[in-house]
Amino acid sequence: MNPSEHAVLAEDLQKRYGRRNNVKHALDGFDLAVPTGTVHGLLGPNGAGKTTAVRVLATLLRPDGGRATVGGYDIATQPRLVRRQIGFTGQYAAVDEILTGRQNLEMFGKLFHVDRRTARARATELLEQFELVDAGDKQVRGYSGGMRRRLDLASSMILAPRVLFLDEPTTGLDPRSRSEVWSSVRSLVQSGTTVILTTQYLDEADQLADRIAVIDSGRKIADDTPDALKRAIGGDQIEVVVSRAEDLPAAERVIARVSGAEPESDIETLRVSGPVSDRVAALTEVARTLQEDGTEVVDIGLRRPTLDEVFLRLTGNRAGREAADGEASTIRGERDRGGPSEQSGDSGESKEAAAV
Amino acid sequence: MSTTTESESAARRGGSKGTASGGAVVLPPLDGPERRLYWAFADCATIVRRDLTHLVKQPANIAWQLGSPIIFVLLFVFVFGSAMEVGGGLDYKTFAMPGMFAMTMAFGFMNTALSVVIDKERGVTDRFRSMPMAPSAVVTGRGISDVIQAGLDLAVLALIALAIGWRSDGGLAATLAAFGLLLLLRFALIWIGVLLGLVVPNQEAAGNLFALAFPFGMLSSVFTPPSMMPDWLGTIAVWNPVSSTANAIRELFGQASPALGDSWVEQNAMLMAIVWPLIITAIFLPLAVRKYQSLSR
Repeated sequence: MNPSEHAVLAEDLQKRYGRRNNVKHALDGFDLAVPTGTVHGLLGPNGAGKTTAVRVLATLLRPDGGRATVGGYDIATQPRLVRRQIGFTGQYAAVDEILTGRQNLEMFGKLFHVDRRTARARATELLEQFELVDAGDKQVRGYSGGMRRRLDLASSMILAPRVLFLDEPTTGLDPRSRSEVWSSVRSLVQSGTTVILTTQYLDEADQLADRIAVIDSGRKIADDTPDALKRAIGGDQIEVVVSRAEDLPAAERVIARVSGAEPESDIETLRVSGPVSDRVAALTEVARTLQEDGTEVVDIGLRRPTLDEVFLRLTGNRAGREAADGEASTIRGERDRGGPSEQSGDSGESKEAAAV
Repeated sequence: MSTTTESESAARRGGSKGTASGGAVVLPPLDGPERRLYWAFADCATIVRRDLTHLVKQPANIAWQLGSPIIFVLLFVFVFGSAMEVGGGLDYKTFAMPGMFAMTMAFGFMNTALSVVIDKERGVTDRFRSMPMAPSAVVTGRGISDVIQAGLDLAVLALIALAIGWRSDGGLAATLAAFGLLLLLRFALIWIGVLLGLVVPNQEAAGNLFALAFPFGMLSSVFTPPSMMPDWLGTIAVWNPVSSTANAIRELFGQASPALGDSWVEQNAMLMAIVWPLIITAIFLPLAVRKYQSLSR
């Protein structure tokens, strides 16, 4: 892989915490290749190592092993050169509460060693770009969460960095603020910045990311485009919600018959779902059968898989496999369910990527 | 946002190339070793300016910080003071005021710890660490602004002292030297404050540091001569760095405590008021720096 085509290139990164008896592998052979000018989402359950990965790449943490370059420079041996190329936005809006928005930007500008006049001009530009002009001369402590986040983002963009690290940039924001942050990120990407994004919100990854790496236990377990990941776990799903728990088996039976695969059912939400290939025929058939049986149906419909499901499937798989070591039937079951997507086309490579 | 401005400014700064995709990628100039030193100072100045802005924008903070010494003045000088007898005909106010100065400095490490922990908690420290600025500036800037703030605290406290009728009986030079010793103590405690600020997990925990500050400030010659305490406690109090500073400045103010014991450390208060801060700095400055560096572990 050519470093000049990849804004971020990580190989076999290792990061351990704790002492001899209780070592936690936050990163355990983490690889990542991010093509220049793209947005790469990092997804994973809590404690999977997303934040550690970002912090190692942003030179905030020293890795215990492996190598990585950011913007062409080695994070271990050339951290100062790396820092000239990156912007970093952590989980908290890292701005000074007491200063005004403008003062924050000017201060960070100076600390980026931009001369005073440029720092001022840049502050004004960024306040405009992030729609903070009115609030620019007010203290940050009076800002809303979204305004803080925008100022935080603006602070990481003073040099319009080659690589921008966003660690859960919209956690705790209301939907409007989130979409504002998203549009800021998009416009930055348009101007050539590469973005690495961790997020708890799968729709955020869906919206922003060109590719998504799913991380679990400090290692990458899948890396593909959002669409390919979704296709890999199966195509459309039919979903039935029944009104009583006693009706669940009936719904399971009919969905199993129509979809030809083991349905997934949830006793709490009284929801049964299964993959289908012929959408309309399946829907009609399931609806008709349930009606004939006299099963009381609260809701019935077709659904495309969401990234949430991709996520649960991938990370759940791993957990399940670790729990019941050697019990391959679960996993084979999961793969079988991926069946319909094969008919729907080019899932060969995506399956390979998503296969654990 | 105009591309022209960006490239012009890049050109003005000489050599740093703007890869103007969309207009804004501007890299700061690469600094050689000689520029490193320049930036260490320039970045430090930027941080000091930020910290002083905090001070100006939050005048109420000074009031809060001075709140406890003021209450102590009222409590000890006027409430208990009437029943306090320190011997030698020295009135209690004269004995207690210099102690109050020293105690305010002693408690100061909590302000440092609090500022450090707030920056750490809010992610500001991480942002600084992800930037190409001089890493030392975060700590040196903190230190300088804390000493400036301590100077302000002392000035306000001195005015209060004057208002209740305390006077220095030493000359101008001796009086200034006394305040110099106070600031020296405060300077040394910055490193303890930075270390603690990096060690404690959050602001709430930093508030509990009062449990540490209280005995440190009070188990000393600040309010009562150690010679009047039980032996074991007196020994601790005598060797408390705060006592050395308090005793030394009493001497400089021309108000040496008549109840001063004849232990070596008490007899050499002036020397110890310089040596203690140096020892504290020698121990805690490296520890604080190491802790700061270990943030990347």
